[in-house]
Amino acid sequence: MALKMTDYRTKVFVDWCPGCGDYGILAALQMTLAELQLPHYKVAVFSGIGCHAKMPHFINAYGIHTLHGRTLPFAIGAKLANPELEVIAVGGDGDGLGIGVGHFVNTGRRNIDITYLIHDNGVYGLTKGQASPTLKLGLQTKSLPKPNINDGINPIALALTSGYTFIARGYAYDVRHLKEMIKKGMQHRGLALIVVLQPCPTYNDINTKEWYSGEDRMDPATGKAVSRLYKLEETGYDPVVRGPEEEMSKIVSAFERAREWGDRIPIGVFYQNETLPTYEDRISKRIPHYGQKPPAKQKICKDDGAPTANLAALLEELIVT
Amino acid sequence: MASQDFVWMIGGPQGSGVDSAANIFARACCYGGLHVYGEREYHSNIKGLHSYFHMRISKREVRSRVDFVNLLCTFDAESVVRHVWDVAPKGGIICDEAILNTKIMNIPTLPPPFLAEFQKTAEKKEVEARTVSDLLKDAERTNVRIYAVPYMELLKDIAKQIDEERLSKLTRMINVLSLGISFGLLDFDKAMVKKAVSMVFAKKPRIIVMNMLALDKAYEYVEQEFGGDFGYKLETVQTDEKRILVSGFEAVALGKLLGGCRVQTYYPITPAADESVYLEANEIFDLVQGTSGEEKEGSIVVMQTEDEIAAINMASGAALAGARTATSTSGPGFSLMVEGLGWAGMNEVPVVINYYQRGAPSTGLPTRHGQDDLKFAIHASHGEFPRIVLASGDTEECFYDAIRAFNYAEKYQMPVIHLIDKAIANSTRSCKIFDTSRAKIDRGQLRFQWEKTDRYKRFEFTESGISPRIPLGTPNAVFWNTGNEHDEFGHTSEEPLNRTRMMEKRMRKLELVDREIPIEERVSFFGAPEASVTIVSWGSPKGAILDAMKRLSQEGWKVNFLQIRMVHPFPKEHVSEVLNRAGKRIDVEMNYSGQLASIIREQTGVVMDNYVLKYSGLPMSSDEVYNAIKLILQEKAPKRQVLPHGS
Repeated sequence: MALKMTDYRTKVFVDWCPGCGDYGILAALQMTLAELQLPHYKVAVFSGIGCHAKMPHFINAYGIHTLHGRTLPFAIGAKLANPELEVIAVGGDGDGLGIGVGHFVNTGRRNIDITYLIHDNGVYGLTKGQASPTLKLGLQTKSLPKPNINDGINPIALALTSGYTFIARGYAYDVRHLKEMIKKGMQHRGLALIVVLQPCPTYNDINTKEWYSGEDRMDPATGKAVSRLYKLEETGYDPVVRGPEEEMSKIVSAFERAREWGDRIPIGVFYQNETLPTYEDRISKRIPHYGQKPPAKQKICKDDGAPTANLAALLEELIVT
Repeated sequence: MASQDFVWMIGGPQGSGVDSAANIFARACCYGGLHVYGEREYHSNIKGLHSYFHMRISKREVRSRVDFVNLLCTFDAESVVRHVWDVAPKGGIICDEAILNTKIMNIPTLPPPFLAEFQKTAEKKEVEARTVSDLLKDAERTNVRIYAVPYMELLKDIAKQIDEERLSKLTRMINVLSLGISFGLLDFDKAMVKKAVSMVFAKKPRIIVMNMLALDKAYEYVEQEFGGDFGYKLETVQTDEKRILVSGFEAVALGKLLGGCRVQTYYPITPAADESVYLEANEIFDLVQGTSGEEKEGSIVVMQTEDEIAAINMASGAALAGARTATSTSGPGFSLMVEGLGWAGMNEVPVVINYYQRGAPSTGLPTRHGQDDLKFAIHASHGEFPRIVLASGDTEECFYDAIRAFNYAEKYQMPVIHLIDKAIANSTRSCKIFDTSRAKIDRGQLRFQWEKTDRYKRFEFTESGISPRIPLGTPNAVFWNTGNEHDEFGHTSEEPLNRTRMMEKRMRKLELVDREIPIEERVSFFGAPEASVTIVSWGSPKGAILDAMKRLSQEGWKVNFLQIRMVHPFPKEHVSEVLNRAGKRIDVEMNYSGQLASIIREQTGVVMDNYVLKYSGLPMSSDEVYNAIKLILQEKAPKRQVLPHGS
């Protein structure tokens, strides 16, 4: 029987604030899982600490709620041991770009075949609204006593320079579009990042749903709000690298789009490069049986407990009498 | 002084081949049926600072260093200055003729605290030493033989033979040349030495050729210049025992492979990194044939991470997927791992941490020895959760404990910390070949299938506290993990009743460990049941204690020794019983405060009578342990003795 989106729900009460962007992200992820018809047991969702981190508990799949900023190392460890797992890492902006930014950058070096979703709302919600690493300089969201003295990190640009091979941005209230982004990311062969712009109705009173949809910018002709968001794919933008000669120009144009903010904010796929070997490919080159017998699938002992490893050759190198 | 033993020490600047010379020396001795124990000392430096290998050779098994040297082999002036007074009467010193006139105060790598200490000692000994030569002349007065060798001239002779005039190529042979002088003086079978050279440089045929010439030259030179001069000879002996020459880190790595470790994460740190590098070099290994179908090879994935935080958490991730996983580190790295350790404890993840201790706190003594981290290993992390902490006392224990660590981790579903001391990790020792047939793997409640109709509960309340465990990806089930307090499914729960039960479920496992693991795996006892003094220790002092005990018992003293190998959960009932029937109780360990003694007091109420401690950065020698225990036996010792020896 075909799996439905509702099959990926758990009975755990969803305790995000009313109107939170996380609901949209959760729905988009569940829709993706249903669309890809992924069995529950094949999926492992990892999260860090913060509002986003509750998400695995609401998804009927293996769910590992880890430590602040450490989503990626846990996720990589599991994928490395069993590459058959469909590994999705979920992180927050404070979580993944503040305390965990070292892992963000270093994961880029590995091009491991996992999908990483960053919930980006500009604030630390669960600790009552402090500035996160993506909040722009000078902004003063609701609970900040003073305007933000730090400038914001640009996660798309950082991902580009770190080596991510799929980089996209979605919007929490455009669930169908976000679902497409997540699906593309999961289908991508290699490391995929999807940054999700997500209003925090409780603590971010600047980058609100109304702000994103441009309710302060009425088109006099139509009388309708002019959204600040636009879709890259609707402008004819082509993110795909088809050969090494295209790599630099695609990085440059993705970087230019990544710099856009304010009145025109792009969502969609910024960059995709499937021409590079994944981390799994690199290991297989060194360990040819890795694909068939990854660490978690190796039989380490016989039924009587006797180890399967044979140390004779290694001991031979040490034998002296 | 144990007269059957012979001590050779080789010293020179780091990067000049001290290690390979020592390796060749040790191998050659082993080929000759002798036992060796080699201890490596080096600075946190790549090239230029002083390093040495202290090699004890004997017909019987040796397991510790001693305070004297019989033959000191040096490449440079500093090695002579640092170790000249370690050379026992009738011993010898091999040095470069070119350094004889070097002024001691002009040796740039000798640090001020050393020079101050040196001058004080020189005054006490009434030696007026301006140059190396002055020092050596004084040594001659105590019957030490000096063998000044014109290294460069000999090398130039060799150069002519092979048409190689580049100085840098030639100086690389100084180590083998001086090694050859050593063996020549000792009249040791040259064939054994040549065999060792061929093994050590097996992948570099040209180096072998050059070094063979250097060896011949050295033997020839000794014959001409010092023939029959040196009082010691190294004779080969016959043995039927199958032996290996192995370092502590290799023993750990081999144990891990046999024990089923298939993922290793690490961030480079001394002295732990050697193990990971060894594993990566041997990432593909043979399987026992006829066990897993047609497969002939197994493998371990070794992942160098961006930091130790990633290392521990990646290890937990891999363990959740069902692979036996470990991470190796040292004190500063473990400090960074602490939050991840707590998560693993909370989520009952069987992750193994091989913890190589070095002098601490902070960066401390990055390349030196210490046992400063016992309490830290036991208590690290906020909150209370069960863990097991093992401490290996020698190379063989490193091997067997590395296997056990995984069994305990999986059986009891908790992190296991395996403590290894730098003095063991970096020591080379000959011992009986490891008995791989003794190894058994026990994966506890791990299942690869979930067929039951009821929903799977990762943290199911059970009487023992242990719940059935499945890897991520197991069909018919899912589970959740969280660092938050959680219910049986793994969902966050702050309900007081659930919290209380969950705490009890986790902590109960520690009682199970205490009940189930046989005492022979947790402590070792040496000596007669009744004795005038009982020594208690853990980790690397074991070798020095056993060697010291042997001498004391030959003199008629009654000493026994309780070695604690599982330091947590502490085998309190057994230790209490042993110590309550003991005479004088002596704590021997390598830290300032006597951490084990304080744990013993906490766990058993027993207060130790005497303390023998050392925290200089160098391991205990059996001589100094012998002296310290003897003073206690003679009732002349202060309550707390701090051992100073080492150069």
